[in-house]
Amino acid sequence: MGVYWAIAVRSFRRFSTYRIATVSGIFTNSVFGFILCGVYLTLWHERPGLGGYDVSDALTFVWLQQGLLMPVGIFGASTTSELGERVRSGAIAVDLYRPTQLLLWWLSVDLGRATFQLLARGGAPLLVGALVFDLKFPSSVALWPLVVLGLLLGIMVSFAIRYLVALSGFWITDSRGMEQLALVLSLFFAGTILPLVAFPGWLGVIARATPWAATMQVPIDIWLGRNPGGTGAALLFQFGWLLVLLLAGQLATTLATRKVVIQGG
Amino acid sequence: MAVIELADVSRAFTVTSRSGWRRTRREVRAVDGMTFSVEPGEVMGYIGPNGAGKSTTIKMLTGILVPSGGTIRVAGVDPSRHRLKLARRIGVVFGQRTTLWWDLPLKDSFAVLQKMYDVPLARHRENLATFVELLDLRDLLDVPVRQLSLGQRMRGDIAAALLHDPEIVYLDEPTIGLDVISKARLREFLAQVNAERRTTIILTTHDLDDIEALCTRVMVIDHGHQIFDGTLDGLKSSQSAPRTLVVDLAATLPPIQVTGATVIKTDGPRQHLTFPTNTSAAPLLAEIAANYPLVDLSVSEPTIESVITQLYNTA
Amino acid sequence: MIRAPAQYWLLIVMWIRSVLAYPASFVLMLVSSTLVNLTDFVAVLIMFSHITAFGGFSLGEMALLYATSSTALGMADLLTGSIERVGERIRTGAFDAYLIRPVPAFLQAAADGFALRRLGRPLQAGTVLVFALSKVDIDWTVARGIMLAVSLVTGTVIFAALFVLGASFQFVAIDSAELANSVTYGGQALTQFPLTVFGKEIVRAVTFVVPLAFVNYYPVLYVLGKPAPLGLPSWIGLLSPLVAAVMVALSSLAWRAGLRRYRSTGS
Repeated sequence: MGVYWAIAVRSFRRFSTYRIATVSGIFTNSVFGFILCGVYLTLWHERPGLGGYDVSDALTFVWLQQGLLMPVGIFGASTTSELGERVRSGAIAVDLYRPTQLLLWWLSVDLGRATFQLLARGGAPLLVGALVFDLKFPSSVALWPLVVLGLLLGIMVSFAIRYLVALSGFWITDSRGMEQLALVLSLFFAGTILPLVAFPGWLGVIARATPWAATMQVPIDIWLGRNPGGTGAALLFQFGWLLVLLLAGQLATTLATRKVVIQGG
Repeated sequence: MAVIELADVSRAFTVTSRSGWRRTRREVRAVDGMTFSVEPGEVMGYIGPNGAGKSTTIKMLTGILVPSGGTIRVAGVDPSRHRLKLARRIGVVFGQRTTLWWDLPLKDSFAVLQKMYDVPLARHRENLATFVELLDLRDLLDVPVRQLSLGQRMRGDIAAALLHDPEIVYLDEPTIGLDVISKARLREFLAQVNAERRTTIILTTHDLDDIEALCTRVMVIDHGHQIFDGTLDGLKSSQSAPRTLVVDLAATLPPIQVTGATVIKTDGPRQHLTFPTNTSAAPLLAEIAANYPLVDLSVSEPTIESVITQLYNTA
Repeated sequence: MIRAPAQYWLLIVMWIRSVLAYPASFVLMLVSSTLVNLTDFVAVLIMFSHITAFGGFSLGEMALLYATSSTALGMADLLTGSIERVGERIRTGAFDAYLIRPVPAFLQAAADGFALRRLGRPLQAGTVLVFALSKVDIDWTVARGIMLAVSLVTGTVIFAALFVLGASFQFVAIDSAELANSVTYGGQALTQFPLTVFGKEIVRAVTFVVPLAFVNYYPVLYVLGKPAPLGLPSWIGLLSPLVAAVMVALSSLAWRAGLRRYRSTGS
């Protein structure tokens, strides 16, 4: 266990060195936050209570989302794209011969990254937004651990998806196209273009059942207290997807190892 | 008339260092009061330890970097003010990085350079034919650059830097990472280009065999100062780097006692001694032969490495 | 300077050929790039499943705003987007290689790594434009037709100038690439909506400070025959070529200043 802790700490430190990038990222998130607030204010003005959100829910959604895009790794998670690059270049063979679990190794790296970005970038847009708008915060202290748990599960589900995409390079020659496709799906189904609650009819039903919903929409709804089936069901939903995806990830790792070790790559 | 002239050239950088929350700024002189000139057709080796100011000098000579003091003239112009104009008259090769188009066949890079440098087509074809012949590039022309080996790519890069008939060529570590045969072939090619085209070559390298094989002149710099400028032989004799005497004795003995020399290593019956360059080996030999059971001996001259190391240490 | 377009073309042709060396990969990237951008417009469509007008704009009018904004950003990104990697190239030393070539560093920085897959956005925006023009009932005049065509060019120029301004700032702060995104990609996100929904201060800011409103908003108001906000004349969209020229001048000054700084500090 010690080695994975050390890996996570090292990854945390590495990301903490990009100071100017962090500051300019927060600035960009804030600009997008204001733009989306303008859009959502108009939308919820035209249709009050859209998707069960009131105006304050919608605005809080914007600032939470802007803070979480990077930590959750909707885009810009350089850890798993580095893994994908290693698979493509063949450098992954070195990792497979290490006496550590590939999946746990990269999970540690990704959690180190996510923790830094959550601490450095996660709260900043929320703070900016709270200065201008009336935002919602969890109503009782008892909710905070659930929020944290939901976030952790969200980050891990996101990791598990990105891990599978990166490993697809073992079987698909052009895994960069796969990464792009995964980006489209996650932009669409994680709730970055609109809260999933605003998706109409069957599209909404499908969107809210995908693993991408578990990465960002669900944690935000835990914060807002807006999960249709309650917070417990939401956490169970996340946990279910995490279990399935991690098992798939482990299976993919085993198959990939066999492929590399037996066929020599 | 000199093709490169530097007069009292300096380049200072402001370095910001951070310790905790405090930031301190201090000025570092990467190049300090450099004055020298290079004649057309010279091949100058430009050497110094990492951080000595080599690449800063080259950047100023190519016009990338503006000097903070002094004047520079390259091919009759001020490089920093006429950078684009000068670019047509110089060639540059960065050892570790290729400037060729990675995914395209080698010949495509050559074709685009002909247009970029406005080389008359007839002249381009002539040059290309020569370089293909001399650098053995024929089989490589249709190969994408990313598939070339390091040595093959370096040959491509050197041809690319010479296609527009530059008057001056700067080569930064041209033989780094190459095998012995590739190195020899490259040196031979450069010597030939220099002899036939009177191209001035400035070479920065850590490989002193490059210097030995190619350079008519050596300049050593350290901490932004010139510490030597002259021929390779001049460099060797300028320093009293110790020579080495190896003696084989009839038996394994404790370190022998000789006036004016000291034992630095014993290896069974073989003992290694050093003595200063300016003293003769003859009296030492006589003394050893008189006092010890001498079987065989050899005297070796100081290597350039040891000469230069000593130069850095004394400067 | 007359040679600049030829030199730029020379360089991008090399990159286009590099990309076409792997045709399957290129097609895949182009399709996915188109899809990524399409999600923006799908959001608008989803919004209009709940509403009939957004800030006084119908779906067709919104589509026109979206298409013009996205075309302008897409073309600017295609032509000059590579320049945003200037900080990274300074760090790796690749930027020095530009400075030893007899082609202006600006052209090399804009052309290096030219990514043809970025055509995905203009392609997608073009499709939305066709959809918009079929849906909106415009009282066409020659002036309105010319305004629409001109705005696509001037919008591209304004966004390109913003890319260059952002890149110039990287000479000062090497890691600040993401900062420029807030005005380029952020600007696209903003200008795809009727600007009045963001309040008067924002409209003032994007008219007089960062003139994003001239990319497409004022020209589209002119084409649709809608009044301009802030009591501005309805023909204000006609000024967009002038604004584009000013932005080009500013960005060119900034680039020169940045390059001068780089060449006198070496960092």
